[in-house]
Parts: sequence; structure tokens; C-alpha cells
Amino acid sequence: MGSRLFLGGLITMLRTLFACLALMCWCQTGLAQELTVQEILQQNKKLVEKSSRKTIGPVIAQIAASNLSQAQVFLEAWGSKQVWQRRSDGLFFFGTEVAKRQYELTDPDSGEAVGEFTKKQLKQLKPNSGVRALIATALVQFQLFDPDPAKRAEALQTMERVPTAMHLAPLRLSIDNEQDADLKARKSRLERLLTISFDPDTATRVAAIQSFEGGLGVDVRATLNPLVVTSMNITSGDLPTDENIARVIKPGSEYLSMPAAYDLLVAGKLAPPATSAEDIRAALVAHIDGGQVAKISVAQLSDPEIRRQAYDRLAEQSLVPAFIGEEDIAKKLLGYRFYETFAETSVAVTDAAQAALSKIDLNVGMNQTLDLTLDAISLASIYFLAAIGLAITFGVMGVINMAHGEFIMMGAYTGYVVQQVIPNHTVSILVALPLAFAVTFAAGVVMERLVIRYLYNRPLETLLATFGISIALQQLAKNIFGTQARPLTAPGWLDGAWVMNDVVSISYIRIAIFILALIFLCVFLFIMKRTRLGLETRTVTQNPRMAASMGINPERVNMLTFGLGSGIAGVAGVAIGLFAKVTSEMGNDYIVQSFMTVVVGGVGNIWGALAGATMIGFLQKGIEWGYPSNTLAAQTYMIIFIIIFIQFKPRGIIALKGRAAGD
Amino acid sequence: MRTSFIAKYPSVLVFLLALASFTIIVTILSEGFGIGVISTSFIKTLGKTLCLCLIAVAMDLVWGFAGILSLGHFAFFGLGGYMIGMWLMYERTRLIVTEALMQGQIPPTGSEVIDSIGSQIFGVVGSNEFPLIWTFADSLGLQLLLVVLVPGILALVFGWLAFRSRVTGVYLSILTQAMTLALALYLFQNDSGLRGNNGLSGLQNLPGVEAPQSIVSMWFFLASAMALGLGYSLAAWIVSGKFGSVLRGIRDNETRVRFLGYSVEGFKLAIFTLTACIAAIAGALYYPQAGIINPAEIVPIASIYLAVWVAIGGRGRLYGAVIGAGFVSLISTWFTGGKAPDIPLGFYTIKWVDWWLVLLGLSFVGVTLFAPKGIGGLFDLMKKRRARHEHTS
Repeated sequence: MGSRLFLGGLITMLRTLFACLALMCWCQTGLAQELTVQEILQQNKKLVEKSSRKTIGPVIAQIAASNLSQAQVFLEAWGSKQVWQRRSDGLFFFGTEVAKRQYELTDPDSGEAVGEFTKKQLKQLKPNSGVRALIATALVQFQLFDPDPAKRAEALQTMERVPTAMHLAPLRLSIDNEQDADLKARKSRLERLLTISFDPDTATRVAAIQSFEGGLGVDVRATLNPLVVTSMNITSGDLPTDENIARVIKPGSEYLSMPAAYDLLVAGKLAPPATSAEDIRAALVAHIDGGQVAKISVAQLSDPEIRRQAYDRLAEQSLVPAFIGEEDIAKKLLGYRFYETFAETSVAVTDAAQAALSKIDLNVGMNQTLDLTLDAISLASIYFLAAIGLAITFGVMGVINMAHGEFIMMGAYTGYVVQQVIPNHTVSILVALPLAFAVTFAAGVVMERLVIRYLYNRPLETLLATFGISIALQQLAKNIFGTQARPLTAPGWLDGAWVMNDVVSISYIRIAIFILALIFLCVFLFIMKRTRLGLETRTVTQNPRMAASMGINPERVNMLTFGLGSGIAGVAGVAIGLFAKVTSEMGNDYIVQSFMTVVVGGVGNIWGALAGATMIGFLQKGIEWGYPSNTLAAQTYMIIFIIIFIQFKPRGIIALKGRAAGD
Repeated sequence: MRTSFIAKYPSVLVFLLALASFTIIVTILSEGFGIGVISTSFIKTLGKTLCLCLIAVAMDLVWGFAGILSLGHFAFFGLGGYMIGMWLMYERTRLIVTEALMQGQIPPTGSEVIDSIGSQIFGVVGSNEFPLIWTFADSLGLQLLLVVLVPGILALVFGWLAFRSRVTGVYLSILTQAMTLALALYLFQNDSGLRGNNGLSGLQNLPGVEAPQSIVSMWFFLASAMALGLGYSLAAWIVSGKFGSVLRGIRDNETRVRFLGYSVEGFKLAIFTLTACIAAIAGALYYPQAGIINPAEIVPIASIYLAVWVAIGGRGRLYGAVIGAGFVSLISTWFTGGKAPDIPLGFYTIKWVDWWLVLLGLSFVGVTLFAPKGIGGLFDLMKKRRARHEHTS
């Protein structure tokens, strides 16, 4: 017979223990009807006197399962160290201190007073914390019948946290009489979970498993997963027929490499350990004799071949174990078969569990996709917020503003300053949004008047000049606010998340940002399509001279449009500051992405910016999903993808056609 | 009717003369070879500045003459530094490790040495295996070739993709910036194979060379001066010929040049790749003097600074680039090094470490608005004044 290797050792051990407990409960509810608490205690006197977590379990289970009305009272007293043993006859009583070192004892079964004794005549039962935990677990089943719904909910919570076999029977009994609908549902769910783990009848367990098919709860997976835990076994003969075999594994396959398989043999003491290069080296060093190892001079030992020769000679002299290399390993492995067995012995149960888990996995996968989609939408709305101002200044006016990121930063710092003045977060955010718009609008207008209007036909120089402004503003912010990140706290009602189930959830702040992005889109469309300013902006962009001859002042329109774009960046800054730290360098994080958003989407079109943001958001989340825990790689691949994308759609996703396209 | 390019571009002689005399004076004043007035660390600063001047010349070629505002040339500079850094680090670690292993009771095997070098170099990023890109790190010759090849091929592929789809002007700038950002982010990862944000360090030590730093720094200083001289001459030769005329044509009116039958994309690609190689060589000379290279060196802002140096010095004139890079980078070192005196205003003290960047940023704006020709424009003014003077007399 093969030797067993307990890979899932701990779980197996616990499960065996629970199974024993369950069995004991089952037998003793039938047999131990007549026994009183005192009798049970006397039967297990030694265990009770020297109680330890490992041994006391059956005694507690027996008391708890005795159906005696005193059981609960006794267990509570025991747990709170109120049980005393009389030295003279070894009987157990409840003790209450009536005077100093003077205790009154009462009988645990009848509740009658037995008399007063001094402390010297008594010995207190002092269960340690492990034993007390077991007592508490046993007590939970009594709380299930407690008239107070809060107590019952508490008991359920404890049982959900640490499910044990002994809870199954009382839980079943308590379901029918449960008045509270919520608690009843929870109880019946827990009952099915406990049934899966602890019920002795296979058909019942399978039915319970099937009732959970496709369920998304973490608790369901936590219950089902231990059922399909496997452990690796090795046999030199035929596969055993009495074990629940999951699969047979061939060494050298993707599941088990040859060295790993051999290591299992070594661990099972079925084969001597393989000889590594390190072993050879150690052996040679140990056998250096006057500058020589096995008559080969030490200086030659820099060659692995010669090292091997020397080692073989040592092995011939039986100074070291014989060399075991790859060939020996392969030969040895031929004599053994590797197979995995389920710790759970019932085939029907493991099959049902696997089927249920695969359905759950599918369902979880679909929900994760939904979750990822929500994440992507929220990221897209952040990019859209950051880029929408740029869609005006760069997309509509054609001004390349490298200081756009600094306008975002300026808006975020405005929010921070407002929060320093107004402590109420809700009010401060409501004040900060228009104030940030005003501040950055003013900054934008000043910048347009002083710098940009002189550079309208020199885009590359605009880039340099605005970049100069960008580093000056960054350094200025650093000088004023320091390098430390400043918090911009969201109002309390934006804390928390909208939880759909155990897989899908989205935080309220992200929903708020999504809504804000939608509002921005509407405001932008309204201004551009429905207001005088929008009309004038569009005319000036298309043909400034013609516009001027129609009585529109292009200078004023350019100034206002640039101010509008900058102002929107400021408001976006407040929104971004709510979930990201406000630092003087936060603009850097968004400037390249924002330009990418506008360029990828298509310049000169708000829908383009929307499409660009959506694409970049989904792309980044998708890549992050493919490369979890490596956002740097995700960003790298995303930028490379964008560079390649522009090859095929140089004008972006939504390209302007006809005259509107300009140049 | 062929005239030598020096005749067409007389400033080359003046420049080479100035560079040579500067080099000789510094050599005489240096600690390593001369009387020791200039400290070794300042020699390194000067040598690094010469390398920056070289990359500025490359930038001027691609931007000032061909009109391609590349915000990615510092990435090529950094890649060149990484390539030479790989050999320097590998070889030095190999020497140290071999010596340590030789102390053991039996001599090490080849694979033991390699494993031990691997764990020395990559231990800091939790690995001990050599990534694929270090395949040639043990050979100086191959790695020197890679200094030019890797950035060259990157520039070739990127340029081909970008120019082929007619990405021009500001869009190209943003695209090159994105490329630089992608490269920097990639290198920041620990599993990029180049030690993540730790970068490569200890590059100032030449493996197998016993000479003190004062001597080594002079070697690099002289090599940088020579590279700058050669690079400048090459650039002058390029812009003085027909190739240069086409480049200027592309800068001024790309469509017209295309209609004249020139392959605009080919010319752009050629100059983009060539300047990337020059930048890489400059980087390969720069980082052994700096001693350390990490991905923070190649973030997009570095490339933008490069454009600014060229703009301040004066675009479209090679000496302008040299002046701009030399002037701005030296003055930056002076201001940020804490050597500039603070200005007490009574209520507030202006510390230059804090305010230098504000000043620099505003000076970009000033230069672009009021002096589009940069410092180099001053020479034009002088020339014009002299011409007027001659005219009146």
C-alpha cells in the first residue's frame, strides 16, 4: 500500500474531529436520556478536572446534547468559572461567594442549596480560554431559541463564523418555530450549509449542495471548497479502490514536474534525495585531503565534469551516497503512480460539489466581468473629466496647453483650502466646485491674455511656453503647500459602496464622479449648441476672419473659451482630489492621459473625447485584469496600444469630416 | 561647384577651436592631469554638460532643422546609458564575485559564478536569474554595439509607424512623449530586467581599471569633448549638404517638399533615427560619469527640458543648442546645488532651491514670447549691426 501524504492535513484533521463529535451527539442523544449533568460529569471526572481544549470536547458535547434544561445553565456557569468541586467526594456544584473565602454550593441538577463551605474544602474549575471557547460554541445552540431576536441573530453569526457539527441538530429544530422572516431565511441557509459539511446522509448533502448551484455567496464557496480539497498519494502497485480518487497524475506533466514528483518520493522516504550541484560541492569540500579530492587536484575542480568524476570516486569508496541524477530520477519514478484523493470519501458528494463549484465559478466570472465593466466605466469617467477641459482648449481651439494638468491641481488645492475654512464637508464641496471654476477660469483668462494669444499660429512654441508655465505653477504650489500630499475629504454620505452581491460592488464616490461626468457632458453640449458663446466659439474656430466681419470679437471669444476649458479642468480637479491625493505633481498623472484621450477620440469633438475616455478606461482595466498587481505594466501596454491604434486611425475614433475637419 | 561643408558652415571651425581650447584649459587646471584647480567632481559636471550639449545638438538637428519636436530623445539617451551600464555593472560584479569565490576551498564553476553575479545584481528586485536582455552583457564589444542598435531600432520602428501615418506637429510631440512615458513606466517595473526603480549603479567604476577617479573622470571628459566635436561636425556636415536643405524644406513646408518628389517620410525617419543614435552615444558617455541610472532619468519631463535648452540657446543653429544646453544645465546645477545666495526680503527669504524652477519656467515663456531665436539670436543682432556699420561707412 502507498503511504499517505496529508497536503490538506489541517482541514482533514478538523473534519475528522467534527465528524466524531457529530457521531457522538447522535448516539448519546438516544442513550443518555436518563443521565443527569452530575452523572455525566462524574463519568468524565478526570477530563473535567484537568480540562484541556483537546480532550474536553466530547464531555461538553454530551452535556449540550443531553436535552436537560439545566445543561445551558451549567455550561454558562462553567464558562464563567462558577463551578466548584467538593474535595471530599469529588461532586461538582455551582458556587457563590457569600462571605470572604466562604461559598454556598447549589446542586447543578436540582438547583437546591447544599450548604456553605470554605475555600479550602473546594476546588474551582478554571477552564482555560480554549475550553471556554468550546463551551461558548456549545452554548450557541441554546441561544437559537432565545426569545430575543438580537440574541438569536448573534448566535447565528457565531455559527456562521465557526460552523460545527453539533449545531446542526438544534439549528434544524429551531427553524420551524422561528417567527422573524429574515432570521428564518438565514437559519435555513445556514442549515443547508451545515448539512453539506456535517450531515451523515449522502443524498441529503447532495441535495443541499445542489440547492446552492450558481450562488455567489462567499460562505457557499467556503463550505464547498474543503469538500474538493485533494491530497497527493503515491503507490507502487495498483490504485486503491476504497478511496475517492480525484485523478491520476503523470510525473513530468504540467501538474507535477519530474523533480517535484521525486521530491514527493523523497519526502515519503521512498527514495534517497537527488544529488544537487550544491551537494557535490559540499561533499568535495568535506573530503579535501592535502590539496586533493579523491586524487584530483583542487585547482581542477572549476570544471563541473571533473567535479562529477571526483564525486563518483568518493562514492565508489562509499564516502558519499551514490550520485542520483535526472536519469535515475526518471527510472525511479517509473515504479510509482501518483494520484490525488479527496479528503471527502463520498463520490456523490465530491461530484456534486465540483459541479456546483464549476457553475458558481461561471456565475462568479460573469459577475466579475460586470464588476470590471463598472470599474472601467468609472475610470473612463475620471479620464473624461480630466480631458473635457482639454477637449475645449486643444480640441476646439487647437491650443496645446501643457499646463492643463496644473489647472486640475489648482482646482484640487482650491478644494483643499475651502475645506480648511469650512469644516462641513458637504457645504465645503458645494462651495469648492464653483470657486474652483472661478479660480481656474481667471487663471486661464490671464494665461490666454498674457501668453497664448501671441502664439496662436505657433503650436510647438505654445507647447513650450505652457510647459514653462506648468513647471512654474508646480513649483509654486510646492512652495506654498509643501511636498506633502493634502487630503480632500469627501462628505460622509459619499462613503461606502453600493454592494450588489459578494462579487459586484462600486463605491458611491465613483458613482458621483460618473454622474458629474455626465453633467459636464450635458453642460458642455448645452454651452456649445445652445448659447451665444458656443455659437461664437464654433464660428471663430472655423473661420476667425469671417467671424470678425460678422461682428464677433474673436479675441474676446478665444479668451472666454480658453477660460471655460480651464475652469472645467478646475472643477474636475476637485472631483479627482476626492479620491486621489492632492499633490503639486498630480497634474503630471493626467496630462499625458488627457492628451491621449483627446487624440485617440478625435480632435474637435466632445463625443470623440467621450469615446477616447471610454476606450482608454476599458483598455486599462482590461489590461490590469490580465496583469493583476502590475498597474505599471498595464499603463505601458496601454500606451503602446494607443501608439499602434493611431497608426490605423490617425484622426481618432470619431474623425471630423468635410469642411469641419479644417486644414 | 562643390565646396567643402566647412566653407558653407564656417562656425564649425570656430566651434571646434573653442571646444579644443576649453578642453585644453580644463585639462591643465584639472586634478587628474594638471595643476588641480578644478575638482574631480566639477570635471564630472563639465564632462556631463558636454554630453548634454551633444544630445542638444542632436535635438537641434531633429527639431531646429527638420521641425520634428521630439519629446523622446532623452529616452534614447537613457537607453544608451542603460546599455553601457549593463556591461559596467556585470563586469564589475563578475570581478568582485570571482575574487570572493576564489577565496573558497575549491574553485568555482562557471555556472556558480554566473548564479552568484545574478543574485548580486538582481537580489534587490527579488530575483537571481539573468533576464534575456542581459545575454550580451558579458561582452563590451557587443554591448557597445547595442548602445547604438537598441535606441536606433526603437527610433526606427517608432518613427516608421509615426511618419508613415503622417502624424505631424503637436500630435507627433504628444506621441513621442507617450512613448517616453511608456518606456519609463516599463523600466520602473521590477520585472523589467533592469532592476526597476533601483536602476543600475556603481557605473563610475571602470572594471579592471586601477586608476583613481580623478584620472578616470578626465578620460571621460576628454571622450565627451571628442564626441561633441565629432557630433557637431557631423551635424554641420549634414545640414550643409543637400540632405540638410531638404530637411529645412520639410520644416518650412512639408507638403511642398512632398510635391517636389522627395520622400518626406524617408528623410524624417533617417534624421530621427540618426539623432536617436547620437543621443544614445551621449547617454553612454554621460551615465558612467553620473555613476547611476534609473528610470526617473527618462520621464517625459527630461525630454521637454531638452527642447527648452535648445529653444533658449536658439533653434536652427547648432551652436545655439550647445550654448543653450551648457548654459542652462550649468546654471541649473548652480542654483539647485544650494550655492546661489538666498535673497532676504525681510518678510520672506527667497531660497533659490525653491524658486529656481519658477524662474526657469517663466524664462521659457519669456524666451518663446520675446526672443524666439534664443541666445543665438544675439549673434544675429551683432552681425546685423556690423553689416549696417560697414554699409554706412
